[in-house]
Amino acid sequence: MSQSVTADSTGDLTARYFDLHEHDHPEGGSTMLGFWIYLMSDCLIFAMLFAAYAVFGGNYAAGPSPRDLFDLDLIALNTAMLLFSSITYGFAMLEMEKGKVGATQMWLAITGLFGAAFLAIELYEFSHLIHLGAGPQRSAFLSSFFTLVGTHGLHVTFGIIWLVTLMVQVAKKGLIQANKRRLMCLSLFWHFLDVIWIGVFTFVYLMGMLR
Amino acid sequence: MTSEPQHWSFLLGKLGPDSIPNEPIVWATFVVVALGGVALIGALTYFRLWGYLWKEWFTTVDHKKIGIMYMILGLVMFTRGFADAIMMRLQQAWAFNGSEGYLNAHHYDQIFTAHGVIMIFFAAMPFITGIMNYVVPLQIGARDVSFPFLNNFSFWMTTSGAVLVMASLFIGEFAQTGWLAYPPVSSLAYSPNVGVDYYIWSLQIAGVGTTLSGINLVVTIVKMRAPGMSWMKLPVFTWTSLCSNILIVASFPVLTAVLALLSLDRYVGTNFFTNDFGGSPMMYVNLIWIWGHPEVYILILPLFGVFSEVTSTFSGKRLFGYTSMVYATAAIMILSYLVWLHHFFTMGAGASVNSFFGITTMIISIPTGAKLFNWLFTMYKGRIRFELPMMWTVAFMLTFVIGGMTGVMLAVPPADFVLHNSLFLIAHFHNVIIGGVVFGVFAAINFWWPKAFGFKLDPFWGKVSFWCWVVGFWFAFMPLYILGLMGVTRRMRVFDDPSLQIWFVIAGLGAVIIAVGIGAMLVQFAVSILNRDKLRVGGDPWNGRTLEWATTSPPPDYNFAFTPVVHGLDAWDEMKRKGVALPSTGFRPIHMPSNTGAGIVLAGIATVCGFALVWHIWWLAAVSFAGLIGSAIVHTFNYKRDYHIPAEEVAATEAERIRLAAQGA
Repeated sequence: MSQSVTADSTGDLTARYFDLHEHDHPEGGSTMLGFWIYLMSDCLIFAMLFAAYAVFGGNYAAGPSPRDLFDLDLIALNTAMLLFSSITYGFAMLEMEKGKVGATQMWLAITGLFGAAFLAIELYEFSHLIHLGAGPQRSAFLSSFFTLVGTHGLHVTFGIIWLVTLMVQVAKKGLIQANKRRLMCLSLFWHFLDVIWIGVFTFVYLMGMLR
Repeated sequence: MTSEPQHWSFLLGKLGPDSIPNEPIVWATFVVVALGGVALIGALTYFRLWGYLWKEWFTTVDHKKIGIMYMILGLVMFTRGFADAIMMRLQQAWAFNGSEGYLNAHHYDQIFTAHGVIMIFFAAMPFITGIMNYVVPLQIGARDVSFPFLNNFSFWMTTSGAVLVMASLFIGEFAQTGWLAYPPVSSLAYSPNVGVDYYIWSLQIAGVGTTLSGINLVVTIVKMRAPGMSWMKLPVFTWTSLCSNILIVASFPVLTAVLALLSLDRYVGTNFFTNDFGGSPMMYVNLIWIWGHPEVYILILPLFGVFSEVTSTFSGKRLFGYTSMVYATAAIMILSYLVWLHHFFTMGAGASVNSFFGITTMIISIPTGAKLFNWLFTMYKGRIRFELPMMWTVAFMLTFVIGGMTGVMLAVPPADFVLHNSLFLIAHFHNVIIGGVVFGVFAAINFWWPKAFGFKLDPFWGKVSFWCWVVGFWFAFMPLYILGLMGVTRRMRVFDDPSLQIWFVIAGLGAVIIAVGIGAMLVQFAVSILNRDKLRVGGDPWNGRTLEWATTSPPPDYNFAFTPVVHGLDAWDEMKRKGVALPSTGFRPIHMPSNTGAGIVLAGIATVCGFALVWHIWWLAAVSFAGLIGSAIVHTFNYKRDYHIPAEEVAATEAERIRLAAQGA
């Protein structure tokens, strides 16, 4: 097949069909969209775990029910920890926009501490339940409870590891464009976990007490 | 291997001397694989190719090379999956009149499981991912995908899953549960050994790769289209790829979740899918088919795109009904989420539920039928060239229609109660998967091979392969329809009724003809590579219509020296008609991503972690998991991820291309 396009001249047509004055695309221009889509796929994992809880949540197998197990005061405290951590992450992002490294780092550290407090309370709750003989093996209800809440906790754990990593990177490189983008991604992740937790709090704990 | 390895040691977990399968067939396979492996490693070492492979291929972030590596992975695993198939055919043709055949139950059950898992996850998925990876960025006029490193990582994670499946052949066992590992048979009580664990971890690791590559391609198509390429000017293959990748992103997390729950049942002792303590095995069946049905459309949609490109190119016309094709694809994408229950009408969900899912299933045949008419009307009054890609496309149309019609039969719940779990079902889905996916992959390989390598595939051996495949397919699967109607269920190892044997013998003969077809295809590749100088072609060997044909074959690293600007559908066809001259001066440095070894390192650690989890080697699992996280973090400290190809180098490459074009190559 012979080339029907010859390359001996350039003209108006060429300029119309090719971008002759192209510049480098800004690095990471697709990252936020990509991360959003990743979050939606993660959201589907949670959707499955919520669905499992919806199906199995009443299958106590003659074991304890939410009313026997859940301590709403403790969960309210826990929820407050996570909600505060979302607010403080928001403050960190505001400081980042102003380009203040120190203040950003401070708010990130506070966010991490709130996250750690949330995890500590959750671990206490889990160990308490297991101590009572209400571990994940006891019934399908408890299997789905531990898996849903535990998966969320695992996400928070990775969020904290990521947060510490980013703090080190901000300390080393400052608030360069790449680091800002990474902080934006973690911000999405962190608030996403907050939204999931609101679902858990409502659907598992509050409605569980009404069962 | 029938003994139960129930011992456990800290150092090696469940691994012990009895982990080596006690099967002469497996030993012989191992010897052959080991000799082949040693020969391959020896040859690579002797010819000093390791450095080249590492620098140019293993660490590459070039979507074209990654696409080719996906195709090689698919081809290797396809051969393995086919070896399983022909072993099953031999067993079923043999085990009559009191004969037990040559495979014991333990081995046979692993083979049918491995066949399904490998063909879907490690042959078909790498094939379509490879084709999309190679073609989509070229078709949209981009220089690479949105996340080139992630692309490399995704490939190696898929490979890591394949390595674990292959390891199960020689160390331990594979699942004996069927390809979807339904509980309770996949629970610890009924599958106490490592087979199901191999299944779980190979799919989980490969699933990470699939999900990430799905996200990558969706973002690439949304963000990286050439200027002017609005949605309704998108090449139809890119459209179908977009829909397929949206399905990947929206369904693979479901698989991840359901397999995670199964592994919790097996490893932690939870009660999701158990029969007691409130669990329900039927929940698993529902959840896995919520992934499983979209999965079959993930596989077929990109190939509908391939058939569309091939039909319009080889009919010399623009695609008939482009708009309806796009809407049909989108409709199929959405409907594929509303039909999962037709895989288990017999579960007893009741007449209303079954009717709903029966009707949604039948509705899918409407957009699919619309596509078929579009292809036919594209061919109508076209100047059709029966080259190999077009031959595969015609064979697809004839074959797929039969498979589609038996699918509609199965969608009728009362009929399904009779046909469920029978060989009729097996014949149906092989009819659509071979007739649709496999034929489509072969059409794509013959169509885009010249683009990837700069020379055409040998037509003679291609035709031998084509006819063996098509004839072999009909011989192998029509008897299964008949057997299914006679009530023969799937996954049987021995038979009592001697009148059935003739059909199994015919099916076995068909499998042998297909084997010749596969052999001819490998010969076709070899002959074409040997004769590549005679088969050499220029950038546009088929008189193509879309942008991938606007660059050289093979394309330079940067794909396009200048990004094309799109004004209509079939952008390259339009440029040719208007006689647009390619720019020959004013080249600029081009911004490209750098290669990195992080992907293969991370996936290697993931393989070790998966193996450790399969064998309950907890210390190794913990160490490798920590290593995985640590290595990922170390990788994020590398901020230098790109470089510029100097303008002089671009100018030199393009000058060579202009010189070749002037020679009429």
